[in-house]
Amino acid sequence: MTQTRAGEYSRAPHPPRSLVARLMTGALLACALSGCSQPWNNPYPAAETGQAILYSAFVERPKHLDPAQSYSENEATFNAQIYEPVVQYHYFKRPYQLIPLTAKELPKPIYLDAYGGLLPDDAPDQLVAQSVYTIRIRDDRAYQPHPALARDGQGQLLYHQMGEPQRAAVTSIYDLPQTGSRPLRAEDYVYEIKRLAHPRLHSPIFGLMAEYIVGMDAYAKRLRVEDKKIGGQGFLDLRKFDLPGAEVIDTNTYRVRVKGKYPQFVYWLAMPFFAPVPWEADSFYSQPGFAERNVSLDWYPIGTGPYYLAENNPNSRMVLRRNPHFPGERYPAEGESGDRDRGLLKDAGKTMPFIDTVVFSRERESIPYWNKFLQGWYDTSGISSDNFDQAVQSASGGDSVISEDMAKKGIRLETALSASINYVGFNMLDPVVGGSSERARKLRQALSIAIDFEENIAIFANGRGIPAMGPIAPGIWGYRDGEAGLNPLVYDWVEGKPRRKSIAEARRLLAEAGYPDGRDAATGQPLVLNFDATSRGPDDKAELDWMRKQFGKLNIQLVVRGTDYNRFQEKVRKGTAQIFEWGWNADYPDPENFLFLLYGPQSRVKSGGENSANYSNPEFDRLFEQMKNMPNGSARQAIIDRMLEIVRQDAPWIWGLHPKRYSLVHGWLGNVKPNQMARNGLKYQRLDVTAREAARAEWNAPVVWPLLAVALLSLIVFAPAWLAWRRKETAKGVAA
Amino acid sequence: MAGMATQGDGERGGGVINYIIRRVLYALPILIGVNLITFALFFVVNTPEDMARMQLGMKRVTPEAIERWKAERGYDKPLVFDASKQGVHTVTETIFFEKSAAMFALDFGQADDGRDIASEIAKRAGPSLAIALPVFVVGLMTMVSVALLMVFFRATYVDAGGVVLCVALMSISALFYIIAGQWLVAKVWRLVPISGFADGGDALRFLLLPVLIGVVSGIGSGARWYRTLFLEEINREYVRTARAKGLSELQVLFRHVLRNGLIPILTASVAAIPLLFMGSLLTESFFGIPGLGSYTIDAINHQDFAVVRSMVFLGSALYIVGLVLTDISYTWADPRVRLE
Repeated sequence: MTQTRAGEYSRAPHPPRSLVARLMTGALLACALSGCSQPWNNPYPAAETGQAILYSAFVERPKHLDPAQSYSENEATFNAQIYEPVVQYHYFKRPYQLIPLTAKELPKPIYLDAYGGLLPDDAPDQLVAQSVYTIRIRDDRAYQPHPALARDGQGQLLYHQMGEPQRAAVTSIYDLPQTGSRPLRAEDYVYEIKRLAHPRLHSPIFGLMAEYIVGMDAYAKRLRVEDKKIGGQGFLDLRKFDLPGAEVIDTNTYRVRVKGKYPQFVYWLAMPFFAPVPWEADSFYSQPGFAERNVSLDWYPIGTGPYYLAENNPNSRMVLRRNPHFPGERYPAEGESGDRDRGLLKDAGKTMPFIDTVVFSRERESIPYWNKFLQGWYDTSGISSDNFDQAVQSASGGDSVISEDMAKKGIRLETALSASINYVGFNMLDPVVGGSSERARKLRQALSIAIDFEENIAIFANGRGIPAMGPIAPGIWGYRDGEAGLNPLVYDWVEGKPRRKSIAEARRLLAEAGYPDGRDAATGQPLVLNFDATSRGPDDKAELDWMRKQFGKLNIQLVVRGTDYNRFQEKVRKGTAQIFEWGWNADYPDPENFLFLLYGPQSRVKSGGENSANYSNPEFDRLFEQMKNMPNGSARQAIIDRMLEIVRQDAPWIWGLHPKRYSLVHGWLGNVKPNQMARNGLKYQRLDVTAREAARAEWNAPVVWPLLAVALLSLIVFAPAWLAWRRKETAKGVAA
Repeated sequence: MAGMATQGDGERGGGVINYIIRRVLYALPILIGVNLITFALFFVVNTPEDMARMQLGMKRVTPEAIERWKAERGYDKPLVFDASKQGVHTVTETIFFEKSAAMFALDFGQADDGRDIASEIAKRAGPSLAIALPVFVVGLMTMVSVALLMVFFRATYVDAGGVVLCVALMSISALFYIIAGQWLVAKVWRLVPISGFADGGDALRFLLLPVLIGVVSGIGSGARWYRTLFLEEINREYVRTARAKGLSELQVLFRHVLRNGLIPILTASVAAIPLLFMGSLLTESFFGIPGLGSYTIDAINHQDFAVVRSMVFLGSALYIVGLVLTDISYTWADPRVRLE
């Protein structure tokens, strides 16, 4: 390789074009494309600069946007802005309170006996055959512009009987140039109730509603027959088939009949399941070939709410725009104490919504999401464990406050306790930990003391949660705070605070259960318990090790039976799990929605219900049946207190924790108050676009010196080599 | 390289067609086998009931709803063999047969959530290619160029430093490149958006960083390997002859060394071309690119068998296409090679 190649070249070769040049070209190109007047790292089109657009993100693509099928929180983020049920939750007031939305007044049932006779409001439950809700809706609502409602000059629906060539060209509803609208009618609410029984939809609440809405079960059977007649394809016109439990009275009035007393039904009326759907939507979307191209109500909703879905690309971004037919809604004038001081009521009486467009971008990973929030490209963000210390610091008294760095940027911390509970359940059918024997009960009580959820919250949730004292979550009627809500089996009230009982107390209970020092007194064998869990990653291992350590405090050996989620669920369903972790998110803010998780007939093994611990206590069950239909008041609270006393004593769950949600909000976004029940909060929010533009410009000035540095470094590295090579190549040979 | 021989004269076109037909026929049992393995692996972990629960939600799902969901989608049948049936129906009236047969006609059907798979694939292939193609083309050119550069400056500190740098680059995980690249270029220097995607020309500013990262992360292993290939060639007699004829070093490298080192490069590269459609999971995930890479993983997470089997089938078919293309490309790169 050292041979002289002098004279071999007719001309000197050019050095290869370096990566530096490409990078610089790219950067300059990016500058040219985005317009150098705005930050280079702006992820949005230049045309959006300065507009009242709220930028948010979503992690999981919504599975369903059809209101009859949608049941997830990430779907409600969209649907709750688009669809308008008759009632909604007050944005500010706590405990959560229902107020009319499209209804003229809050629906109130009348009670009928088995012969159709009117009963007083306080009639005994057993006399009530039906609860009848007559709902009058406002006449100022109209649907968003939508091709399903477009009509021609003769008033005929334009796109309902399209020919094959025209249909084949439709890949999304935006391919159709004409749109139309029409006023909201009571029949649209009735139509949606009927859709819950549609044989081609799988409404998750159909089973529950079939138990309550009069004639729903028979209606579903009839629809199945009718659907078979048309081969399970095309438009199944539900208007042709009457449902006794849902009837139209006049243009703006409809009636729902519910079996017996079911006061929680009014909460269901606040969910998209009971939002209006025009029959024209089903007729339009059922045309041949549409479903195959995702042209369906599940993909393109149609509603009367403040926003409509203007772009649906759930792989990348979803865009909500102001519904031009939305008449506006008055901003609330009342709230909780402190809301006025926080400036949340400054817009009282003004017409909502305040924001024109909401852009949701899909961010699968937390790192880019977080960094874009810090650069001002997202207006709100959650806080992952990795970023917690950067965003939040502890103040005196243990409260969390925003960190100084975040505060300097004008970022606020909003916190709210979730209406949910994460608990450790005992399978009450298990021969060791289950059952109502004194031995098993004391074992469960001992473990309830030993497993230190204060420590768990501190280590694994960065303090984002509070220990649970029972099944009912804070913010739900029936929940008691302070000493009145203390679980005396696990805590003592000391110096104005709950203090977990000592491990000695747990050991005493364990010995009384027949396991002194963690050994079976009869056999001398160590007590071995099984913890069934879904294992997802390294973070779980740390928590499972922690759980082992908690049991170890009582010298109980814990075997962790990790498995995938499917098998875990199967074990719980079949009752082969022994101790397991589970959780519940409230559907509505009523104690019934938590206490039914321990109601005997809801046993998961026996009836496939939601009582995963398979707990059964006759007194608790009797009190539950009494409590569930009562109005809120001291009598109901007294029963709830007794029920809590029973389940604390029996300890079918280790009560675990109520998670606390932390979110960060930039200073330019106002009127934000976390609400765990209402998902339609976008209409209340307000943007200071000028402040946002100024902050973005300040935070995102490009740093160009690295490009020059890379170019210079390349020169420094290659120039000497190049010169040396040139010297060698041009050197003259030495005569021998 | 099976089925290949050194070509004598003529019959090249007919040989290629026969070869392709034969390879397509060979592909059928391979695709059936891949389909069967996918099917077995999926249903070892998931039952049709699990799939129904995943689609219907976790709360308030009744056994009747699960049964209806299974019946509507054909998951109420036996998996691979129905002993209650007679003759060919024992096999044809099963989940495996019914779900597999249509795929061979490239009819992927509906995802288990009811959405059309073919239209999803069509929508997502573009964004995947928008990253994968530039990474592939620019990456290959960069790797070859860097390798030739090291060969050009062989036995100098540029070559030695280049090898050390290559080893360092190939020792770093792809995830690190992505996170570090986003942090440095997009967060600290603020030169490009951290993540996102747009249609048309506006996509360029979103693609710069992922393409740069894709190229840089591949340089280490690629350039070092190609350098080895080129160094093997550079001492051959034909190279010495070329130099003796008075060709410049660049002409020697690009016209002779590169051409003769092409076969192993083609082996690695051409087979990868069809798979570019399948996207990159990590890159797409971190940069918010709505491509096919994340489609499969989303489907696995949602236990959507219809999508999983479609994507595995598509991947297998494209891989076979890639291998055929590789073989054909040999005949272009080396006229002595012919397909039999």
